[in-house]
Amino acid sequence: MAVDTVSSSEQRGTGLMGMLRRSARLRLGLLIFPGLLWLVLFFALPLLVIVLYSVLTPGPRGGVLFTFTLNNYVELFTQDLYVNAYVRSVWIGVVTTLLCLLISYPLALYIVQQSPRWRSVLLFLILIPFWTNFLVRTYAWMLILSNNGILNSLIQAVGLPRQTLLNTTGAVVVGLIYGELPFMVLPIYASLDRFDFTLMEAAADLGANRTRAFLRVMLPLTMPGVAAGSVLVFVPTVGQFVVSDLLGGAKVDMLGNLLQRLFTRSNPPNWPLGSAMALVFMAVLTIGVVLYFRKTAEAEA
Amino acid sequence: MTDGIAVELRDVVKRFGDVTAVDHVSMPIRDGEFFSMLGPSGCGKTTSLRMIAGFERPTHGEIYLHNKPISNTPPFQRNVNTVFQSYALFPHMTVAQNVGFGLEMKKVARDEIRRRVGEALDMVQLSGYDDRRPRQLSGGQQQRVALARALINRPDVLLLDEPLGALDQKLRKEMQLELKRLQEQVGITFIFVTHDQEEALTMSDRIAVMNAGKVLQVGTPTEIYERPNNRFCADFIGETNFISGKVVEADATGAAVKTADGLVVRGQHVRPIQLGEHVVVSIRPEKARLLPADDANTLPVNARPFPVTVERVAYIGSDTRIEVRLGAQQAFHVWEQNARSTLDRSEYWQQGEQGLLWWPTENALVLTE
Repeated sequence: MAVDTVSSSEQRGTGLMGMLRRSARLRLGLLIFPGLLWLVLFFALPLLVIVLYSVLTPGPRGGVLFTFTLNNYVELFTQDLYVNAYVRSVWIGVVTTLLCLLISYPLALYIVQQSPRWRSVLLFLILIPFWTNFLVRTYAWMLILSNNGILNSLIQAVGLPRQTLLNTTGAVVVGLIYGELPFMVLPIYASLDRFDFTLMEAAADLGANRTRAFLRVMLPLTMPGVAAGSVLVFVPTVGQFVVSDLLGGAKVDMLGNLLQRLFTRSNPPNWPLGSAMALVFMAVLTIGVVLYFRKTAEAEA
Repeated sequence: MTDGIAVELRDVVKRFGDVTAVDHVSMPIRDGEFFSMLGPSGCGKTTSLRMIAGFERPTHGEIYLHNKPISNTPPFQRNVNTVFQSYALFPHMTVAQNVGFGLEMKKVARDEIRRRVGEALDMVQLSGYDDRRPRQLSGGQQQRVALARALINRPDVLLLDEPLGALDQKLRKEMQLELKRLQEQVGITFIFVTHDQEEALTMSDRIAVMNAGKVLQVGTPTEIYERPNNRFCADFIGETNFISGKVVEADATGAAVKTADGLVVRGQHVRPIQLGEHVVVSIRPEKARLLPADDANTLPVNARPFPVTVERVAYIGSDTRIEVRLGAQQAFHVWEQNARSTLDRSEYWQQGEQGLLWWPTENALVLTE
């Protein structure tokens, strides 16, 4: 039926269907339109607003005054509070990503070598924590790490003095690793799953010991997974504010925490400074990720 | 090197769980020979090869490389190289990097590597392909790269695991000859695993026929084909007719076997047999003759041909394959070479025709089951 309708209107060459039939461009445009509209409304326009705000003056009770200035950027790059937050965020992001990588690669390698049935079970186990609310899981870490928490009870049980675990950078990193680990494990698992393990035998056959075979063959060939996992972990980590808030107290300020404060908690809120901060943050991440992908693409080539 | 034995398996057993893949195998492989392990899939040939390479460890027994036990030596310390069934070329490296990988691992100087990679690619006729990636090459070219990558290390022994399996028929034949030529040129011991009997016969100096984890016979291609020493070998290599029955007469070399139909078939035996023993007589289809029913006078005086009926005739170009019925139910295949070029159908056998089937006694082998 439908085919008949289309072909008959094509023959007549009239109406919207006829035009669509004839113009590939029009068809393409129609297909792209909803997605494009979405991006413009919810990404491009807000971004423009942020760009605009970042060069305006903060209003007395939040909001903005239409007085153009570059002061916001100057402030970002000169005040220790902000510079430190950038450095700390990137540093925590790098450490978290590296530790995730160190944990995830052997884990993924182990899973991929199991029987197909075991693999699904293990992958399932990795995903299970996601079924619980992230906030609840982070609170659970507070219980584990607090001064009278589970870990400290264990430490004291073996006769060691109580340790300050909560509200440290370490606690934040632990919480971040815990939350981000699956995003590293899964892409690495996917590329190991495609990896032909005969190549490791070939490398051994040609005189490469395990380390060299890994470095020269397995790692380069699973680099796409490592790269994807690293970006998936690094980007959200740098922008985190919940974990650093809950496990770091007010002591471990990351970018996300400052942003949140600038927009909602400080009195008066400073939207222009927050906007400038978000933009610089975006630029740093974009440049970092692009460079990283270039580098790993080179390693692959 | 002293006694000319390159590799020796001594009473080697390999079990995977409760499956015995290799079952008390012993075989010496001589220096510089082209040695094939031939058998159906699951016969233990690839497992044996993988144990020589070092990818598997024997459950029992020992493997010697030039008289040194190597079971505890990891693969990367054995002077043995492998050409894998799937080639296992490194996809992220160029042809030159692939071929030079072994030398790089041995920390050979760069200039030296470059020179020897050039030589190796020359040897397999792939000069100028240095900077290509494996995926840009055809199957046959990948095969050559795999060969060059292994041979450049000048191994004591080269192991080849069904390397021609993935190639099409024509390329396969070319590579068979090429492999043989290479082996003669470099003089390295080749151990070749295949399930293709023709391949094994064409290339090998000696063949080990394997089945169910055991070595059944080791010999030259001629020995294996002309004097199989058991039923499996006769059946697996080439084609043959089996007539089963009981030994009714036996002397030092010959025997008479009586079938259930009461036919008496004579042949020679390669292993001692006993009266009353159940045996099969194996006669290759090209070693029997089918004669017109009134042609008995052209046979030797004491010949006793069997009267047969032609059941099926298949013309396959180089020869005609005729299936006849011998006695009540015994099917028997005879191949006649189409030596004369003719379109005349009457020159060929017809279905339902009567004939005489005969073979010289020495063409029939009495084998134990």
